[in-house]
Amino acid sequence: MTVVNGTPRAAGPAVATGDAAQVRPGAALVEVRDLAKTFDVSAPWLNRVIERKSRQFVHAVDGVSFSIEKGKTLALVGESGCGKSTVARLLVGLYAPTHGEVRFDDADIATTLKGPAALALRRRMQMIFQDPYASLNPRWKVQDIVAEPLREHGLVRDAQALKQRVGELLNSVGLAPADAEKFPHQFSGGQRQRISIARALATEPEFLVCDEPTSALDVSVQAQVLNIMKDLQRKQGLTYLFISHNLAVVRHVADQVGVMYLGRLVEQADKRALFATPRHPYTRMLLDAIPDIHMTGRSRTPVQGEVPNPLNPPSGCSFHPRCPHANTRCSTERPQLLPFQGVRVACHAVEEGRI
Amino acid sequence: MTAPAPLLQVRHLRVEFPTRRGTLLALDDVSFDIAPGEVLGVVGESGAGKSLTGAAIIGLLEPPGRIAGGEILLEGRRIDNLPADQMRRVRGRQIGAIFQDPLTSLNPLYTVGRQLVETITTHLGLSAKQARARAIELLAATGIPAPEARVDQYPHQFSGGMRQRVVIALALAADPKLIVADEPTTALDVSIQAQIIALLKRVCREQGAAVMLVTHDMGVIAETCDRVAVMYAGRVAEIGPVQEVIHRPGHPYTSGLMGSIPAMDEDRERLVQIDGAMPRLTSIPTGCAFHPRCPRAFDRCHEQRPELMKAPATQAACWLHAANAAVVQGGVA
Repeated sequence: MTVVNGTPRAAGPAVATGDAAQVRPGAALVEVRDLAKTFDVSAPWLNRVIERKSRQFVHAVDGVSFSIEKGKTLALVGESGCGKSTVARLLVGLYAPTHGEVRFDDADIATTLKGPAALALRRRMQMIFQDPYASLNPRWKVQDIVAEPLREHGLVRDAQALKQRVGELLNSVGLAPADAEKFPHQFSGGQRQRISIARALATEPEFLVCDEPTSALDVSVQAQVLNIMKDLQRKQGLTYLFISHNLAVVRHVADQVGVMYLGRLVEQADKRALFATPRHPYTRMLLDAIPDIHMTGRSRTPVQGEVPNPLNPPSGCSFHPRCPHANTRCSTERPQLLPFQGVRVACHAVEEGRI
Repeated sequence: MTAPAPLLQVRHLRVEFPTRRGTLLALDDVSFDIAPGEVLGVVGESGAGKSLTGAAIIGLLEPPGRIAGGEILLEGRRIDNLPADQMRRVRGRQIGAIFQDPLTSLNPLYTVGRQLVETITTHLGLSAKQARARAIELLAATGIPAPEARVDQYPHQFSGGMRQRVVIALALAADPKLIVADEPTTALDVSIQAQIIALLKRVCREQGAAVMLVTHDMGVIAETCDRVAVMYAGRVAEIGPVQEVIHRPGHPYTSGLMGSIPAMDEDRERLVQIDGAMPRLTSIPTGCAFHPRCPRAFDRCHEQRPELMKAPATQAACWLHAANAAVVQGGVA
């Protein structure tokens, strides 16, 4: 069974494959250096004065570094509140970083977005959101939704050409050009998510940030969307940052995987290495926790405890209260993300060879 | 399946929703049994009718939804036509319920202890003091640390995983024989989900309660259930022992569903996908409801509706098995 019923996008001008040839293989398209985002969650000033409360900050993302090669997929996994969606928003410039930087094609995006090249940069990176019900304007026809970025960036001006281009885009995600005349409510969840993919592809971006693109979908529909995303990557050389809490999905789509816990990257590795030999105790716990259809009736010992309150994270390694290998060093000294046998791990126990 | 007398029997259950544009048939001829102490999983995609089946069993169908046919028997006694006050006694005492969102199934204005005590005194007739002791015991059994202190706290003082433990304690409070759990782990993170599934399995085994576990997560089903029913468009497409349904599915829909789940132990370039989407209730296809999406559909599938029939390892509602099964001539939908 194939998914893209229509033809692949008909000879689009300057599609990413053209650019890919110019970039040397293995070059990082996106590079994140020591990225951090802090949110002020203090009570209002008057309350602070009367109730003598101090200011409070959440370190949603706390010193994260990674890079994504052109044409590859980096997946970030973690449980709710680990900061993965904040990273996604920082990467496309929806939030300004508290410190650190995001470099896209060797230029700092915070600087570029303030300058004259902002629109050109935005054209090259797009985002797909989790909820296909909330991310499409219910009062707009699909034609207008998908054409909006084309108009905004002045890519296509002529009405007839616009219509044709929207038709091509819908075709590339397995929808019919005639669907352009419908409204979002006339589509199922999976079809809506394909519309948002078509919209994201409209500007021929090189880099797509996908924040839980299939979490709101049923499994059979999730399979349709994941297949389309992989097909598009192959055909157009797209680079993805894929955010998910579902490790099975991550294993299917990713080349590299980063595991986040309370705002920090605790392990980053090649997909195969991560799933074959997880190093960090948190990664091991996550892998052990996934219910798998091929492991009927297996008994496992679920890790105790829950994710701590990000307002008041534990000292040292933030995973130490739940970690079976923790010692005094773990509770006092924060581990750095260090290279270890080809992967990067932030764990004292791994570094010392205790596990 | 030929175990002792079934605890719960659902026979030809039909649930319909009268609307201005006609009556929608949301559940159509659903039949299955649950044996005492058995864990039956019910899977399906959104809109397949799995939650509705659970709601019908516990007598909490949202109006205008109503049971239009068939019967539900608990220990041989019909419960689908009980008056509301009698059903209220069955619910809680004999059937416990766990819902997806633990925050909305607890009353935020009462302490956890008061909610437990209320359930216990209503159904078991214990004194307030005994009930409180039992409440603490239940909280301890569901793995809540320091239950003596936690019993006097309010739901907002508990984390998501802890709240779901309280909900499980509430469902178990009156020692029910059946627990209907509707997506009990869907709102939780994976590490917490594993804890809750393990807990549900353990406490139900200890108390000898049967469970009907409604979820869309096949992994949870595989780990937890004895048997599984796969639902599609308001009907049971396949039912059988969980291993057999996963590894030797008899219905093309089940095969597609299993193939579309990304696996943890193998690499596949593409996932199997079922093209199209589940039909809306307003336009359920004739014959087999799955035939427009089915890669193996033939003429008969378009015209005649298949009943559950014997497949190699399971029971499947699919004409592919008509040859090797004594076909019960089904009524037309």
